[in-house]
Order: sequence, then structure tokens, then C-alpha cells
Amino acid sequence: MILIGERINAGFKDIARAIREKAVEPIQEWARRQAAAGADYIDVNIGAASKDPADMAWLIQVVQEAVPTPISVDSNRPEVLRAGLEALDGRPALVNSTTADDDKIAEIVPLAVEYGAGLIGVAMDQRGSPQDVERRVENGAKIFVAATEAGIPPERIFLDPVLMPIRFMQDQAVKVLEAIREYILLSDPPPHISVGLSNICSKTKERSLITRTFVVMAMAAGLDAAICNVLDRELMAAVATAEVILNREIYSDDFLKVWALKRSKGGE
Amino acid sequence: MPIEIPDVRESFSQAIYTVTLGATRDGGGTRTKVVTVGGEKALPFHHFEGEIPHPPVVAMEVWDVPPEDWPDPVRMPFADVMGSLGEWARKCVEEHGADLICLRLVGCDPNGEDRSPEEAAAAVKEVLTSVGVPLIVWGCGNPEKDNEVFPVVGEAAAGENCLLGTITQDNYKTLVAVATAYKHKLIAESPVDINIAKQVNILAMDAGYPLEDLVIYPSTGALGYGIEYVYSIMERARLAGLGGDKLMAQPILCDIGREVWGVKEARAPREEQPEWGDAELRGPLWEATTAYMYLLAGADILVMRHPEAVRAAKRAIRMLMGEEQ
Repeated sequence: MILIGERINAGFKDIARAIREKAVEPIQEWARRQAAAGADYIDVNIGAASKDPADMAWLIQVVQEAVPTPISVDSNRPEVLRAGLEALDGRPALVNSTTADDDKIAEIVPLAVEYGAGLIGVAMDQRGSPQDVERRVENGAKIFVAATEAGIPPERIFLDPVLMPIRFMQDQAVKVLEAIREYILLSDPPPHISVGLSNICSKTKERSLITRTFVVMAMAAGLDAAICNVLDRELMAAVATAEVILNREIYSDDFLKVWALKRSKGGE
Repeated sequence: MPIEIPDVRESFSQAIYTVTLGATRDGGGTRTKVVTVGGEKALPFHHFEGEIPHPPVVAMEVWDVPPEDWPDPVRMPFADVMGSLGEWARKCVEEHGADLICLRLVGCDPNGEDRSPEEAAAAVKEVLTSVGVPLIVWGCGNPEKDNEVFPVVGEAAAGENCLLGTITQDNYKTLVAVATAYKHKLIAESPVDINIAKQVNILAMDAGYPLEDLVIYPSTGALGYGIEYVYSIMERARLAGLGGDKLMAQPILCDIGREVWGVKEARAPREEQPEWGDAELRGPLWEATTAYMYLLAGADILVMRHPEAVRAAKRAIRMLMGEEQ
């Protein structure tokens, strides 16, 4: 399972403030904590805190100073993505993300090619978030085809079927699971499939329980990546257990320790 | 129309750990040669898929007390030397080409001669001074006694980079401490159980022992006695190790001689089983055939007894490594 730490996102007030005030320490602290918890990538998102691409470059540099972990450069604006990618020190990276819109694909897919990065493709389009399985599959396939034609191998493509809050759109989670099952048929080997995991528990009381129950169901369907709260120990334990149940990890009595070991040494 | 054959070669993300046994004078020991196993980046002998830098090796077994339960076909080749540990070991190396000597400290067994740790250390010293190859030292199997013996034996062989065994799920701390203090390698034993094989390695690692200094002993079954099950476990461990599981990426040891010479197909004299043919031929064949199986399953170290079986196994290794037709 490829885990992308979600915490350095200006949607969080402390991060937004740190970006505005150019405060290094709170950002580096989150980078270190997520890396220590075993994140494979640290997601970096300036969100609405700034429109200046230079702020993304600054944020990437601050994170790179703190940890050697690969970075997911997260923005919906190509110029911000480029600034972030340009600031990278050569470590592996993800472009997070393109949608299925033609203009986004045209601008963002070449960025991933140019910088040798992986690409997350979110199955949204100009009509907004998909409400059914068909559009999730159609949009996902469209991004997948565009990315592979541009020369990005399937193992560097991540498709995101768009997870919705269970609190407001309860019928959508099962459609996401169905879309995951369709995505893994796209190629052999299949692309990675990722979700913004914390979306599902938005405004709920049992956030962690809902999140970890969904991730286990989604892993059974074929999910192999997630942007998530890597500091949620119960979530990590559920993912570790699912890896064993799916026979991707040979069982041992100390399988949770094995998980922690692998994670502490920089992931899979 | 020509049919295009797809390339089905597999490649793996991780090599099996490379383990070197023995130490020459430069390395702080007195061996005249060292033995290196592991390092393969492909399934056994799949040279077309990845590098196999070190061929499997054969250790020959010697005991600190003359073995009483070895049947004649395997006792006779050593009958002239079994009274002298040093000569026995020398014969294995000089006449039969043993890559390593596996000294089994059977005499320490409390239910047998109950020899002292100091006597065991003297036996180790005798082998070390008699041959130049690296040494495997295998305890008597009584956990309490092994924990008394190995600290003394480990110190006596300090610097020689021996392979000591075995640690198990229930008894590993003393041996880990000894191997760490005196710089020896360890055999991690499990009872034909891949989950326990992994667990033993975790326990050793947790006790501070490096994963790259372990050799997995998944238990061995003789031909006809669960060999398929052991084979499947070795194969699964090897696939996991090559696939990136560092806890399963150790070289594997198979204890061939002890298993084979305990089964009736190898032991029974012709008078008892006339239709089975000549015991002098049958026993070594049984041992050699068992060895072939384990080579194909991924064995890196074979511990064997009969000279003819050793010869056959070594020839098979050369052939499988492409060194001999």
C-alpha cells in the first residue's frame, strides 16, 4: 500500500498560517512526523492560502530540508505544479493531480513527463464530481490513455475514483468500490488506484472507524494507494492487517512490527 | 505465420542477502578459504532471469562422538577416521571436497554423553586446526544445554565467522548474544512453517541481530517424507525475499544427511528389503536425490553425509551453474 501523508495542506489552519508567515518549523514538524509514521510520499498543498507559485516552491524546499521522503506536489493549477516540481531536489515525486478535462490533461500530463514524476488522475471533469460508476470509469480511462500515450508507464499512473463524504452522499462509496474493480482491468499490470481517504469521514463522529473500514473494503477491491492521515495508528494497523489477509505479506505473529519496520525504513 | 512468443522472464526487486562464512588471517580468523552464499537475484538456476553469483555449497557432517545410529553404507566410508574428529573432518575436505564442515555437538546432549561446554570447545578447536574450510557448529538440540555450550564454543571460535545453530522461536537470546559478541553467523530454525520462519527472523532482529547475517533453516524432509511441503515453503520464502520482503531474503540451509539417513528407504539392509536393491547404492542415491530436490527449491547450503551423494550433488551444482555439461 502506497501511503501519501495528507497533513501539509493549507486546508489545515496551522499550515495556512505557516505558509502566510513563512514559518518553517510547524511544516517540518509535520513532515518529520508523517515520514516517521511511514508515509511513502508527503503531500504538499498550498491550497487557498496563496496563489503565488513561489510559495509552493518555498514549501517544497522546506519539506525537503526536513525529510528524504518523496513528495506529492498537490495543486489544481499547472503553474503552481510546475513551480513545485522545479523546486524538487531530484527525489521521486507525484503530480497531484489532473482531472479528465481536456485542457487539464493537455497541460498537466506533460509536466509529469517532463519531470519524470508519477501522475494522479482524478476522475472529475468540467461537470464536477462523478455520481456514477460509468463516469468514474470513463474519466479514469481517458486520463489513463492520455498518460500512457504520453509515455508514462502504468506503474507511475494513479487513478482516483473520487471518494465522497458518507455523511452527505451515502450511495457513492459503493460506486467508488465498483469503479476500483473496473480500473484494475485497464491494463496488466494495472495502474495504481488512490483515493483521498479522509473525504469519506468528513463531518462524521466516527472518523477513524469509517476511514479504516472503507480502506479495508477498498483494498479488497484493488485500492493500493491513499492520501490519508498516516498518523492514525488504528488506520495503519487496519492497512497492515489487510496486506496480510490479501496475502501480500507473509503472516508472522509480529506482523504489525514488520509493518512498522518496513515503514520506518522508508516504505515499500 | 510466425507466432511471436511473449517474453515471460521475471525480474525481482531485491537480491537474497549475501552471507560469507569463515575468516582468513586478514579477516581475523585462521581459515584458508571463506565460503560465500546467497546474493541471487532470480529463482534457483534461472540464469536467464537474473544473476546467481554464488553456487550452492555442500557441508559435510562430522560428530564430536562416533555416531552409533549411522547405518553401514554411510558409516563405512568414515570407519577409519570416526575415532578422530580432526581426521574425519580432513577426510571430508581433502578426499570428498566438502566446502564446509558441519560439526554436530551430539556429545553434549544431557541424555547422551552430556559433555561439557569445554569439551565442546575443544572439539571445535580440533576441527578448526585440522581443516581450512569454514565451520558450521550445530548444537545438540537441548535448548538449556545449548545455551550453556554456545557461549564457550562461540568464544573459542572467536573471529572464525562460524555458522552457529540453531535459534528457534523459543530459544534465541543466548545464541544471538554469542554470535554478536564473537562475530558469528546464525541459523534460524522453524518447523516447516513459513510464518514461524519469518517470526524467528523478527525475534533475532529485535534482539539486535542483523537480518543479513542469518541463514534460514526451514526444516528438511527426506524424499518421501514431506519434501513437497518443505519445497513449497522454501519456494514461497524465496519468492517473498526476491520480491522485497527483507525478513525472507536470507540464504537457506537444508539438513539433508540427517533426514535421509533416518528413513527406512535409505537405512534398510538388503536382507530386510530384498526388492529395494543394494543398500550400498540405495542410501547414497536417496541422499543425492533429496539434495537435487532442495537445490531446485532454492537451497544455498546442503549439509550431507555420504561421499557419493556429496559428489553427485556437487556435480549437479556445477551442471546447473553451467560449469559442466
